[in-house]
Amino acid sequence: MTIRIINGKRLNRDLQWETSHSIDIQDGHIIAFDKNEIKAEKIIDAKDCLILPSLIDLNVALREPGYTAKGSVLTETRAAVAGGVTQLCCSPQTRPVNDSRAVTKLIKELAISADCCDVFPLGALTKGLKGEQLAEYAALKSAKCIALSNAYNPIKNLSVTQRCFDYAFTHNMSVFINPIEASLHKGAMHEGHVSTTVGLQGIPALAETVAVAQLIQLASASGVHLHLSQLSAKDSVDQVRIAKQSGIKVTADVAIQNLLYTDEAVEDFSSTYHCLPPLRSEIDRQALIEGIKDGVIDSITSAHQPHEAAAKQMPFAETDPGMSTVEFLLPMAQMLSRQNELAFELFIKAMNQGPASVLNLPANSLDIGKPANLVVFDVNKPQYVDNESIISRGKNTPLFGKEIVGQVKATLFKGRQVFDRA
Amino acid sequence: MQASQDTPSPKSLQLTESGRLKHFLTITGLSKALLTEILDTADSLIEVGERNIKKVPLLRGKTVVNLFFEPSTRTRSTFELAAKRLSADVLNLNINTSATSKGESLSDTLKNLEAMASDMFVVRHAQSGAAHFIAESVTPGVSIVNAGDGWHAHPTQAMLDMLTIRQNKGGFEGLRVAIIGDILHSRVARSQIRALNTLGVEEVRVIAPNTLLPKHVESLGVTVFNSMEEGLKDLDVIIMLRLQRERMQGALLPSESEYYNLYGLTTERLKIAKPDAIVMHPGPINRGVEIESEVADGKQSVILDQVTNGIAIRMAVMSMAMGGQMEEQQLKQKAKNDIEGNEGEI
Repeated sequence: MTIRIINGKRLNRDLQWETSHSIDIQDGHIIAFDKNEIKAEKIIDAKDCLILPSLIDLNVALREPGYTAKGSVLTETRAAVAGGVTQLCCSPQTRPVNDSRAVTKLIKELAISADCCDVFPLGALTKGLKGEQLAEYAALKSAKCIALSNAYNPIKNLSVTQRCFDYAFTHNMSVFINPIEASLHKGAMHEGHVSTTVGLQGIPALAETVAVAQLIQLASASGVHLHLSQLSAKDSVDQVRIAKQSGIKVTADVAIQNLLYTDEAVEDFSSTYHCLPPLRSEIDRQALIEGIKDGVIDSITSAHQPHEAAAKQMPFAETDPGMSTVEFLLPMAQMLSRQNELAFELFIKAMNQGPASVLNLPANSLDIGKPANLVVFDVNKPQYVDNESIISRGKNTPLFGKEIVGQVKATLFKGRQVFDRA
Repeated sequence: MQASQDTPSPKSLQLTESGRLKHFLTITGLSKALLTEILDTADSLIEVGERNIKKVPLLRGKTVVNLFFEPSTRTRSTFELAAKRLSADVLNLNINTSATSKGESLSDTLKNLEAMASDMFVVRHAQSGAAHFIAESVTPGVSIVNAGDGWHAHPTQAMLDMLTIRQNKGGFEGLRVAIIGDILHSRVARSQIRALNTLGVEEVRVIAPNTLLPKHVESLGVTVFNSMEEGLKDLDVIIMLRLQRERMQGALLPSESEYYNLYGLTTERLKIAKPDAIVMHPGPINRGVEIESEVADGKQSVILDQVTNGIAIRMAVMSMAMGGQMEEQQLKQKAKNDIEGNEGEI
């Protein structure tokens, strides 16, 4: 299949925009810019569009096996490519938990038959994610788990964490940890003036920052590569900055919702904004954006958590946390750039070069000879978000019922068009 | 933040377009004029309780369901009496042990009750925001009155307290009021603070150790005191809160006796406040834990007035909310008829 993308502006490796007359794609690779070297079988018109390297997402819940009321590998990878994501890590929080070769292989097989994008399973850090016994890291690695993760389960015993880190280091695997100190982590939203007003029990920032401090110390002692998932508090960013300066192998990411929203959104008990970690204060949000700008936070993720409608139709604290975000990453990035808070190019870097280096994989890039992993994003195209337009099984997005600006028109992965809006 | 526009704010959710009450979920977002209207309406209904035939027909033909997901004696009985004095049919449901423990969701429970053509739900629930959630999910025309949700709000309790203060002090201007005790877990305190500030008192204080105060409590518009000796000075109104015994378990307090020594309202301490200060308590009282018996039964105590006023306030709120709903439904029907009428002409 040969494809030519005509018109548009393309983002080069140095995050500069170039006018694009044409991009020729053959045998999965970009073979020429602005020449007519091939007879294209398909032409994609990128007039008024941006052509971007496709996105790499470190944190997507595919929900399969076990939670197919919320989503499946097929529905959620379709949503991912509709959002411009072509490589993603999926959480071990499945039923059964992905703590075995069999579950990892099942997810891989489902991903191959869905045939949308690359799926890199994260293996469970402990058996059943219970925080008690080591999972079989060697077996998980041989089944192609890309790293290990505790998902949202706090590890209550520090000596277990220490041994997980030592054993992961033995097998040269990275550990992805959501930093949660269980004994401080009670509640459903950020502890601040809003939680005081609405009378919801607040989760203090300390529940995260105390865990970050402990995890950095333990990782430093073991030598393992620690990746902190979903930082939400200012003090966490400051700690990671210092740890990086002192040469500790630590990386971090932040979920898109923590860059866009704060705890003020919970004032009306809207369960859409029930997230884990919670949406925190404006000071925290600003610190997270700064963390992306100065590179302390390596990556932005969707932290995509699709839910069935009923999971969000209860009093706030009883609802399941998380948002369905993966297919709206670029419109959300554009909200941040249009509020002059985070340049669009930096967002792309934090969803391409950033996560690629966390995973030790090559980044996607628009260069001759490189795999054609790219997104055509129609920047000014309005779209109304409703049940019909959302591709994910989870309709639990804060954009629901709103008109948003910007729409992915096409996504290519290894030279194949895996998403076509038309 | 684009976030806050998503769902109707409590203000728009509980008011009709013309600004009348249609649900009563929280004091937040209600104007001084509306709170005063509630108090005036309650004043006019107090007299019903003094008649031989204690009934008015304001809710005749309406079905009120008392939906209590948490145990309650006093609040539920005053709501029941209030509804009956308004001539409504009343159904009491205590759900803490029945449907929800069988795995039925709150939404499904509500749908079933709505199918029985109820007009009003009086709801108590352990989760903050539950009344708000129910008001968003019920069929238009059904009115929700919050009888306490989690730590969030208990607006009828706050209003009966306001009525008691107004009866005793003549108004709110210039008053110094302190709320004493477990503010952290108290929906009553949150609603009282809102109401007192909206009605324009001089100062609202909270007196408690830091373990019983929510973080950023001053953002509610209160002055914080850790000591009774300081906090009681110049007070016109003293509101004591009930101390739950289980607070010792979570390491919030060392013992009841240490709490009483530091925060118990004794005859001696009462002298620090103004001589005509009134003493209030939402009940039930723990004598010897937060308040001395002599003070609870003393001449400055208005605790039993609060109970009496509870019925009048609940009658007022129920009749006002039902009136707002009926007006809104009539307007909607009229608008619908107008549209259909116009279409007919074309």
